[in-house]
Amino acid sequence: MAKNLTGTLQIVTANRLRDGQVVFLTRSGEWTSDIARAAVARDEAAAQRLLAIGTVAAAESRIVEPYLTAVREDGDSVVPVSLRERIRAQGLTFAAISADATRYL
Amino acid sequence: MYRYDEYDHAFVAERVAQFRDQVRRRLAGELTEDEFKPLRLQNGLYLQLHAYMLRIAIPYGTLSSKQFRMLAHIARRYDRGYGHFTTRQNLQFNWIRLEDAPDALADLAKVEMHAIQTSGNCIRNVTADHWAGVAIDEIEDPRIWCEIIRQWSTVHPEFSFLPRKFKIAVTGSPNDRAAVRVHDIGLRMLRDEQGEPGFEVIVGGGLGRTPMIGKTIRAFLPKQDLLSYLEAIMRVYNRYGRRDNIYKARIKILVHEIGAEEMRRQVEEEWEQIRGGALDLPQDVIDGIARHFAPPPYQVQPVFAPETERLRFEDRDFALWLRSNVVPHRQPGYAIVNLSLKPEGAPPGDSSAAQMDAVADLADAYSFGEIRVTHEQNLVLPHVAVADLPAVWRGLVRIGFATPNLGLVSDIIACPGLDYCALANARAIPVAQRISTRFADLARQHDIGELKIKISGCINACGHHHVGHIGILGVDKNGTEFYQITLGGHAGDDVSLGSIVGPAVPADQVVEAIESLVDTYLKERRDGERFLDTYRRVGTAPFKERLYAPA
Repeated sequence: MAKNLTGTLQIVTANRLRDGQVVFLTRSGEWTSDIARAAVARDEAAAQRLLAIGTVAAAESRIVEPYLTAVREDGDSVVPVSLRERIRAQGLTFAAISADATRYL
Repeated sequence: MYRYDEYDHAFVAERVAQFRDQVRRRLAGELTEDEFKPLRLQNGLYLQLHAYMLRIAIPYGTLSSKQFRMLAHIARRYDRGYGHFTTRQNLQFNWIRLEDAPDALADLAKVEMHAIQTSGNCIRNVTADHWAGVAIDEIEDPRIWCEIIRQWSTVHPEFSFLPRKFKIAVTGSPNDRAAVRVHDIGLRMLRDEQGEPGFEVIVGGGLGRTPMIGKTIRAFLPKQDLLSYLEAIMRVYNRYGRRDNIYKARIKILVHEIGAEEMRRQVEEEWEQIRGGALDLPQDVIDGIARHFAPPPYQVQPVFAPETERLRFEDRDFALWLRSNVVPHRQPGYAIVNLSLKPEGAPPGDSSAAQMDAVADLADAYSFGEIRVTHEQNLVLPHVAVADLPAVWRGLVRIGFATPNLGLVSDIIACPGLDYCALANARAIPVAQRISTRFADLARQHDIGELKIKISGCINACGHHHVGHIGILGVDKNGTEFYQITLGGHAGDDVSLGSIVGPAVPADQVVEAIESLVDTYLKERRDGERFLDTYRRVGTAPFKERLYAPA
């Protein structure tokens, strides 16, 4: 599924190198797993500036494969436009079994 | 069961040490991702949507209880407490941290396991009939030859950078349970006119974006010629397989383009150069490997077990389970017990650490400590005394692996799909869950009979949808999940690829669509016909007509 769909609002996402966790670039240049803290670019120039920060972080071996993805605003947070990115941001769409469970649900 | 020798131990230990240093250098920024990625993939570590995924090789699907407990330990210690058995008889952990991966691999090495050749353009982990060594129709245990192939192909320098990945499947029985006609090479054991066992050699099958049924290029190959013949095939493929286009790089495209006859000619020509050489294994080496797969010390068991018979009459669930999940064993007094990893509404093929431990305990108590993984994402306890069936059933009921649905509509194959996989276009697991829940009524499932639904979340077809009696392929239409349905695929001896029934259906209509297809079958079927038989007799038309009828 497409990582990005057309849209004007974009954020930068990647996976953290050491554990693979999904992360988003914040305004202060940190990487967070909380999409509500992601820096939102409102035009293409701003998006490219954010992506450049991601590229530097990848070169510094903090994160892997940064890319832009379109979002829409949702209250105080943003929601990715594509299902793939919503699943990355929000997790599995079903309940996985837990370590000690001997029954599924 | 095969046990590592000193060479195997040293090799795997060395790989763990190498990888530990590679991970250290990557985390320290001394290696770039471009440099590191091929190294981690050579150790089975992929980067998926949410985390790293570790794909562990389970050679020919055979595991000891000790190995199974180690998988449970890895699930608890390094993952989120569960693992996913795949259509390649492998196990995938979905939540591995890169920094933990070397420790996980070191733990695996303690029980003679690894994740080598579960990725990359090499000869992948060889798969086999999951009833190897116990099936009543078997000529010879195929795992002897799988192990020989494993030793020959492991980091084979000539075949470590093939045009594309390469999958070999072996069945030791004339009845195919290893889907040998949809692998790069399929080996099917049979006997020649003198009664000597050998292999039918099938080349160029495969699923993915260009599904092909393999072609037989040799009707009978004596066993002792196996490695030299395989090497000849690999050389022809390595020389002429396409490297310019990843979508045309599999051997199936080469065989399709030059034709089976030309492929055969080239392989035979190459074979003439190398046959009778170093790849002809001395008989004592073959015998040595065969001893690893000798049957366990079976006891003389009664074929008729009163307690088992009593329960069969008294407990309908037990009787149903015997009917669908237990099959005859070649040793009188024993049975093959198939564990369903498809409880109602569950993600197909998933097992928690607690379930793994419980299966290991059952294997120790009742199956000589042996467990199998099937390419249909289930497990097998291969040697259960008929008298022990009630105890094993009760144990499996406790952990939810006794659903009597083997081969039925809720025994669904599904790839990880868009919930996990970086390549997927649509989800697969939630679709399987919804179908499983809709058809939960076991009496109805048994009435419907054999019906294999296989779901893939993208064209790469890890869910084998092309060979599903009903195949479901997830596609992305402008950001929305749709599912294309195929009918009439089959992976057995009478292999066939499914035909697309019509336009893809939206996600929220898939379950209704399956219901409609099942209803059409029930309306059309004649006595004794399975879904596949009815489909083959009546074709797509009646299914299509009802499926797309205006509401």
